[in-house]
Amino acid sequence: MIKYALRRLLSTIPVLWIAVTACFFVLRLAPGGPFDGERPLPPVIMKNLAAHYNLDKPLIQQYLIYVGDLLKGDLGPSFASEDFTVGQQIMIGLPYTFTIGTAAFLLAILVGITVGCLGALYQNKTPDYVLGALILIGVVLPNFLIAPILQLVFGIRLAWLPVGGWGDGSFKFLIMPIVVLALPHAGRISRITRGSMIEVMSQNFIRTAKAKGIGARLTVMRHALKPAMMPVVSYLGPAASYLLTGSLVVESVFGLPGIGRYFINAALNRDYGMVLGTVIFYMVLIVFLNLLVDIAYAWLDPKVRNR
Amino acid sequence: MNHITKKFLASAMLGTLLAFSAHAATLNIHNGGDPTSLDPQKLSGDWENRIAGDIFEGLVTEDAKDNPIPAQAESWTVSDDGKVYTFKLRDGIKWSDGQPVTAGDFVFALQRIMDPKNAADYAYLQSTIKNAEKINKGEITDFNQLGVKAIDDKTLEITLENPTPYFINALMHYTAYPLPKHVVEAKGQDWVKIGNIVTNGPYKPTEWVPGSHVTTVKNDQWYGVKDLKIDGAKFFVLEDQEAALKRYRAGEFDILTDFPTDQYEWMKTNLPGQAHVAPFAGLYYYVVNSTKPPFSDKRVRQALSMAINREVIGPQILGTGELPAYSWVPPGTANYGEPAYVSWKDMPYGEKVAEAKKLLQEAGFGPDKPLHAVLSYNTNDNHKRIAVAIASMWKPLGVNVELVNAETKVHYDQMQRGQVEIGRAGWLADYNDPDNFLNLLVTGVQMNYGRWSNPEYDKLIKEGNAQTDLAKRAEIFKKAEQLALDESAAMPIYYYVSKNVVSPKIEGFVDNVQDIHRTRWLSMKE
Repeated sequence: MIKYALRRLLSTIPVLWIAVTACFFVLRLAPGGPFDGERPLPPVIMKNLAAHYNLDKPLIQQYLIYVGDLLKGDLGPSFASEDFTVGQQIMIGLPYTFTIGTAAFLLAILVGITVGCLGALYQNKTPDYVLGALILIGVVLPNFLIAPILQLVFGIRLAWLPVGGWGDGSFKFLIMPIVVLALPHAGRISRITRGSMIEVMSQNFIRTAKAKGIGARLTVMRHALKPAMMPVVSYLGPAASYLLTGSLVVESVFGLPGIGRYFINAALNRDYGMVLGTVIFYMVLIVFLNLLVDIAYAWLDPKVRNR
Repeated sequence: MNHITKKFLASAMLGTLLAFSAHAATLNIHNGGDPTSLDPQKLSGDWENRIAGDIFEGLVTEDAKDNPIPAQAESWTVSDDGKVYTFKLRDGIKWSDGQPVTAGDFVFALQRIMDPKNAADYAYLQSTIKNAEKINKGEITDFNQLGVKAIDDKTLEITLENPTPYFINALMHYTAYPLPKHVVEAKGQDWVKIGNIVTNGPYKPTEWVPGSHVTTVKNDQWYGVKDLKIDGAKFFVLEDQEAALKRYRAGEFDILTDFPTDQYEWMKTNLPGQAHVAPFAGLYYYVVNSTKPPFSDKRVRQALSMAINREVIGPQILGTGELPAYSWVPPGTANYGEPAYVSWKDMPYGEKVAEAKKLLQEAGFGPDKPLHAVLSYNTNDNHKRIAVAIASMWKPLGVNVELVNAETKVHYDQMQRGQVEIGRAGWLADYNDPDNFLNLLVTGVQMNYGRWSNPEYDKLIKEGNAQTDLAKRAEIFKKAEQLALDESAAMPIYYYVSKNVVSPKIEGFVDNVQDIHRTRWLSMKE
């Protein structure tokens, strides 16, 4: 297993290098530079800025400087936030993104699996239809629509929760962002769980369990849940990556200082270092999460483990 | 517990402590973007100016109405030729660490901003100082040749290249703030980090969470600290204006520095008296590429400009009542008086369209030979609405408009390369003076996107800037402005308005043309 994990990790190095190289050159080919804007700067200032950030050097030399720094663990400077390097900014934003993402991930799993199991147990009965309809709302409504609705209802009308901000990091500030972030994934997990559970419940070993007189709840918990989780686990890797990387809208609407917003802002600002830094960070994260999923998969399915 | 977790918990705990300790009179401001830096020499945005102007103070500063008032300098004299300013510094001025602010700190700061190695975006705003431009270009390497001298700790002498009537206004800008030489030299680039930074303004920063907020508290070393009514401020990063308005409604923000224009009508009814829409020293305009036929023909440019129904743009298309622009310099600009206007300003709109048709026909365009024009604008709902409306206003002239939308960086890159036919642009005054607008049409200036060029105009601007008599200077500038308008050098569309939302519990907020509202002038009702 360790050998397998190491092999997987090593195989990501060339992938990472290709991605960084492609991203570096594609970014430089995009029209507009980091210092273009509504107020053009005088040529002398542009020249000084270009020299300051090595942008006056040939592109290939800039690339070699970047890769050299990267190998030393330096993600370089940010053009848009001069007081912090790219690495420092990622480290500052990470705890916020991580807190929201992890909580949303756990909430999505808890709600998704519970609702999915209930749906399977009450297949084609009223609870199944009601829960299915509720979950569908979470899946089809985009978070940029749900977030303002929740803000209006719970933040402004009822004044139960803060409308935005990190505040002091207390739970009440986090409830709405976590719910908004978790909702679509909870919906998808519940649909996958329901389908998988129905399939498992129709299999022979479940019939045997039922024939032995084991109650429905116990049959689900003891025999059906683990095999039914296989497709759910496959989904958890991408879901975790999405929750950690795709919180852009949520962070923006709720004014949270996480790194989800960095990427788009950096791309729009042509903040080359920041774009590359976030790409590298997310790639490493996705590779790591996928590895975890593979390990979980092997644990759940002996066939994979023994392969 | 690892480093990140510790840092995270510390930040949360500090936030909690600050929230409790300064609850009553902490101002919560929706500030828009994330500041680039707390170093005033690295800034370029109004959201950064709000913070910098609270924590630093120049020789001169703004009062609540944005008029210059003595600040770190208690007085000054100007030589007869208008070139040498001698400032007497106020007694007892100190940095937040208790060290005295000296004339040497101003010399140090101005030399530093001109140093090409520091690559300060806005260094050119102080280029009226003797040798400043040459030092910034690297043509002079001896910084002592900059026209800034400390006669003694309390006396500062600044020599200009030419007499500059707006120089005192330019000194209010953050590019003229002093820097704590003793800290910058000791800490290098890290001088600006929280924990190291030392400031000389009414407030000092205590916390900066990128992407979230900057917190300031009273600077007890500042000479006027006992008069401050607000204990400190939190400048929140939030670019989503809809979300900001919701947080304002929930009482989480005391001031919004911008709001979605389509919410203005709703706010007038539901938040009466809280939305402040006021004239702002800024111009929204379209440039026309004068080097490209048929736009090189003055008649074509004038026809297009005349057919824009400016009266409907502010009230109906934007909904915030921006005033129609028929001049190049916004009315109310200092050192100017009433600006020059296009000759057809007061013509009824129907007549303007008829005249525009005639002009286009004279230029060879009509129903048989429609004019094809590409109108470029940067991504923004308001720019889009205006472009669509103007395209429809040009339709009756027989002008077929192709709308091209690009993100800001791309749009301005193309504008600078002269790759647009007609392009959207805007200008907000850096300092309150007509030169700041008129300079946009001078030959070879980077912001002259339409590349309109007129030697007579260039001559008049140069002549005006060399004139020390303000009345004569205004007269010369007005001649230049009239010339540009007669030639339809570009198409002014509307004068910007500032859009703030101010909680009824805030007092002392005065609308002004530069939309600058320092916390020191505000107070909060309990």
